[in-house]
Amino acid sequence: MSKLKLATVWLDGCSGCHMSFLDMDERLIELAEFVDVVYSPIVDAKEFPDEVDIVLVEGAVASVDDEKKIKKIRAHSKTLVAMGDCAVAGNVPSMRNPIGPDAILERAYIENATVQQQIPCVVVPKLLKVVRPIHEFVNVDVFLPGCPPSADTFYAALTALVTGEPLDIPALTRFGA
Amino acid sequence: MTIEELEQIATSVRQEHEKYDYEVNVCMDLACASQGADRLREALVKEAEASGKKVLVRRTGCMGPCSSGPLVRVDPAETLYRHVHSDHAESIVASLGGEPVAELQCDLSDHFDKQVRVVLENAGYIDPEKIDDYIGRDGYKALLTALTEMTPNGVIHRITESGLRGRGGGGYPTGLKWGTVSKAGGDMKYVVCNGDEGDPGAFMDRSVMEGDPHRVIEGMAIAAYAVGASKGFIYVRAEYPVAVSRLTTALREARRRGLLGNNICGTTFNFDMEIRLGAGAFVCGEETALIASIEGRRGTPKPRPPYPAVSGLWGKPTLINNVETYANVAPIMRNGGKWFFNMGSERSKGTKVFALTGKITNTGLVEVPMGIKLWEIIDVIGGGVPDGHKLKAVQTGGPSGGCIPADMLDLGVSYDALMAAGSIMGSGGMIVMDDTSCMVNVARFFVEFCMTESCGKCIPCRAGTAQMYTLLSRFCDGSGTMEELELLEELCGTIKDTSLCGLGMTAPNPVLSTLKYFRNEYIEHIVHKRCPAGVCNIKAPVEVLA
Amino acid sequence: MSDAVEVKTLIIDEQEVSARRGQTILEVARENEIYIPTLCHMEGLSDVGACRMCLVEIKGSKKLLPACVATVFEGMEVSTNTERLKQHRRTILELLFAERNHICSVCVANGHCELQTLGQEQGLTHIRLPYRNPQLTVDASNERFTIDHNRCILCTRCVRVCAEIEGAHVWDVMGRGINSIVITDLHEDWGSSSCTRCGKCVQVCPTGALFDKSKVGTDHPKNPEFLPYLNLMREAQ
Ligand SMILES: Cc1cc2nc3c(=O)[nH]c(=O)nc-3n(C[C@H](O)[C@H](O)[C@H](O)COP(=O)(O)O)c2cc1C
Ligand code: SF4
Ligand code: FES
Repeated sequence: MSKLKLATVWLDGCSGCHMSFLDMDERLIELAEFVDVVYSPIVDAKEFPDEVDIVLVEGAVASVDDEKKIKKIRAHSKTLVAMGDCAVAGNVPSMRNPIGPDAILERAYIENATVQQQIPCVVVPKLLKVVRPIHEFVNVDVFLPGCPPSADTFYAALTALVTGEPLDIPALTRFGA
Repeated sequence: MTIEELEQIATSVRQEHEKYDYEVNVCMDLACASQGADRLREALVKEAEASGKKVLVRRTGCMGPCSSGPLVRVDPAETLYRHVHSDHAESIVASLGGEPVAELQCDLSDHFDKQVRVVLENAGYIDPEKIDDYIGRDGYKALLTALTEMTPNGVIHRITESGLRGRGGGGYPTGLKWGTVSKAGGDMKYVVCNGDEGDPGAFMDRSVMEGDPHRVIEGMAIAAYAVGASKGFIYVRAEYPVAVSRLTTALREARRRGLLGNNICGTTFNFDMEIRLGAGAFVCGEETALIASIEGRRGTPKPRPPYPAVSGLWGKPTLINNVETYANVAPIMRNGGKWFFNMGSERSKGTKVFALTGKITNTGLVEVPMGIKLWEIIDVIGGGVPDGHKLKAVQTGGPSGGCIPADMLDLGVSYDALMAAGSIMGSGGMIVMDDTSCMVNVARFFVEFCMTESCGKCIPCRAGTAQMYTLLSRFCDGSGTMEELELLEELCGTIKDTSLCGLGMTAPNPVLSTLKYFRNEYIEHIVHKRCPAGVCNIKAPVEVLA
Repeated sequence: MSDAVEVKTLIIDEQEVSARRGQTILEVARENEIYIPTLCHMEGLSDVGACRMCLVEIKGSKKLLPACVATVFEGMEVSTNTERLKQHRRTILELLFAERNHICSVCVANGHCELQTLGQEQGLTHIRLPYRNPQLTVDASNERFTIDHNRCILCTRCVRVCAEIEGAHVWDVMGRGINSIVITDLHEDWGSSSCTRCGKCVQVCPTGALFDKSKVGTDHPKNPEFLPYLNLMREAQ
């Protein structure tokens, strides 16, 4: 059996989910027998591959860039997993929603800045008016809530996805876990 | 006061009226009054005095066809004049005894012929501020007869036999409700009249309270006698100041005549009532919220059972009926239960008052026998859709009702038929819509009403109506998806099944009924990003950028 | 036969149980260790039937009844966990999560929150409804406690405990529909209100809406168990 292609993506999140993923420690080696990590912040690939079997997406959709990425990811992946509360529910990034991006940018780059008081407009992507969980943009196959989901949750979920065994997510994790 | 004294008053009122050769009745209800009926009446009085003719100029309650107002009816010839202004007073008075004023005269026989007037029998014939006018038309006879000749159970029996069902929306059998309150034990019982009338576009109850207040008082007094209550409350919304003032006058007059108070008509029956003002929250029309409001608490509903009939105001058995329900009581007592039972359809008896509004020629108040076909109301009584437009749907039942499409106009108007068609009778609002209405937008309008009027106590109604509104808004601005339509339908199911009171339970009705009959309009909005009626402003999709 | 001893027999989830007249379905279910989820109900306070989590099906009736207020009758057949009920409960929880700004990961009640626990127990993995993200305030003017309206679910337990147990009636609800909020006095700051600082509201609050300032991080378990005990002691007096 050829190995499944696994990708992990980092949108608007704190990378905690990726840390927790790495916390699987020696079990990563076990998983490596079944999957190849073809794209991830922790590997070198720069372009999202054409065909991915499982993609784990961390973070909410907060910018035009995120929106483009998630659409592309969806188009090239069989199973899309929303990884962690930001991807599943918006979580901390979405705390700016009631206030709005303009006020946030103003506070961060003008009011609180001591030098170069200006809102960056080159290189960094434009923010969306509201931060949304990824299922509001594309279809999501598996939701793994948690902030972050524990290494055990990752291990159980990935094992189930690789083997095709049933997966009882509420038994593993919850919002804020 | 005894029956004989009552008869005497009635006779003297009739004799008084016989002194006049002509009666000029001026409708002074809101629609006519707002177009100068007041000045018109003054001018008529002046002209009448100057002419030396024996003319009685009388102000009356709503005559019905409000869109033709200000209205004047000259009796005994029953000549109806429309769009009358004070300048016309001279020619009207001059015409008395001769030919009617041709350019003002109108023939609304189509409008009136199919109507049957029970609740509105006095509308246009009495001065609402004169108790003697009411007595002159058999007023309070039913009460005095009941008190002196009938047992409370006999009264309940007659109401049961009539088949009268509650006109406040639910259609609960009135006799059954009275029976429950009458059987409930306890030292103190109350009767309450629900005059909150919160449905947008509805003004049946206001018109009855303003045009014929004694009819409501008499109905309540009979009910109190039947169920054994000694205290009553009329709950009127504060937005109806004229109704409040008419009722206040009526109560004072009724007390003065000994028709309210202690030992009414020389019997042991004591009964009096108070007016309570509602602050205009739609949900306060719901009976448990209404009770909370009368008690001086926040107007939020409570789970039922226990029903108010068992535990209502201050925990005592309480009878709550709608204004129109009480307005039917006196005629039933006078004419018998059978008389009422023989009017109407299989399971909906008597008549129903509707406030006809929207895209229809004759807007106004109509009273029709139950079972009448919808098209008879729209095309004949209402005079059809104006300006060459096509009828699209008829909305009944207020914000909790549904839309009935034009091809179902053969439907007979009854509680059950409307329910089966996905709408409800409601309290009597009837809004006619033509091809310029977008049904998705209509649904959104009613959902918005329910959202802002939700009391906020239970989750499905509080948060659910807000979510329905968000989803519908997304369809209206072209950003909705088919998945969201599915979600909306599921949400409707939950709100309907799980809400605490009728407001939430029926809030999805406008959505469900438009989805049932006008699903294609939703699809047009969602899939083709187009509003067939051209109402919704759907822009080309843009990225929502900061 | 007097009221107190009148016994009713009924069936809850295919289990035959007996009850005293006037008992609620919830009381009888709990006595028989049958689980019915609740949220606005709190042992020791009056019931308002507002959250609709405890709705149950009654055989022969299309209408769902709130178990916390509906009383038993002879021969009643109750189902507490049908597919229909489960679906409604999930949707109601989704409505709550989407209504205000519930960010579990940064909440003092994370791990001790009844809303969070119910969500997990009823199998929620995500919220299908759009988040409303309303702009709400936090009132930290009281020297001991804070209210964060972002986390309030309007269960009115605080209102009831304050009026019924503490007897102060500082809390109440203001506004209508989606704009309802709980307020202290006539919408005064909590700190300058007539609050007695007893802290009962904090203990009964199911979420992190009301919390004790001395608690840090997510270490804020609530202890509402004092209520039935307090009631018992008061009755005994
Ligand atoms: C949200 C809501 C609003 C209501 N508004 C009114 C109203 O304005 N007038 C009314 O008579 N009944 C209203 N009702 C119905 C009352 O709860 C009650 O059923 C009625 O007054 C009983 O009188 P009836 O038996 O004569 O119909 C309303 C019900 C609900 C659920
Ligand atoms: S503050 Fe807490 S106890 Fe009070 S209504 Fe909100 S959630 Fe309930
Ligand atoms: S617990 Fe019964 S309605 Fe909330």
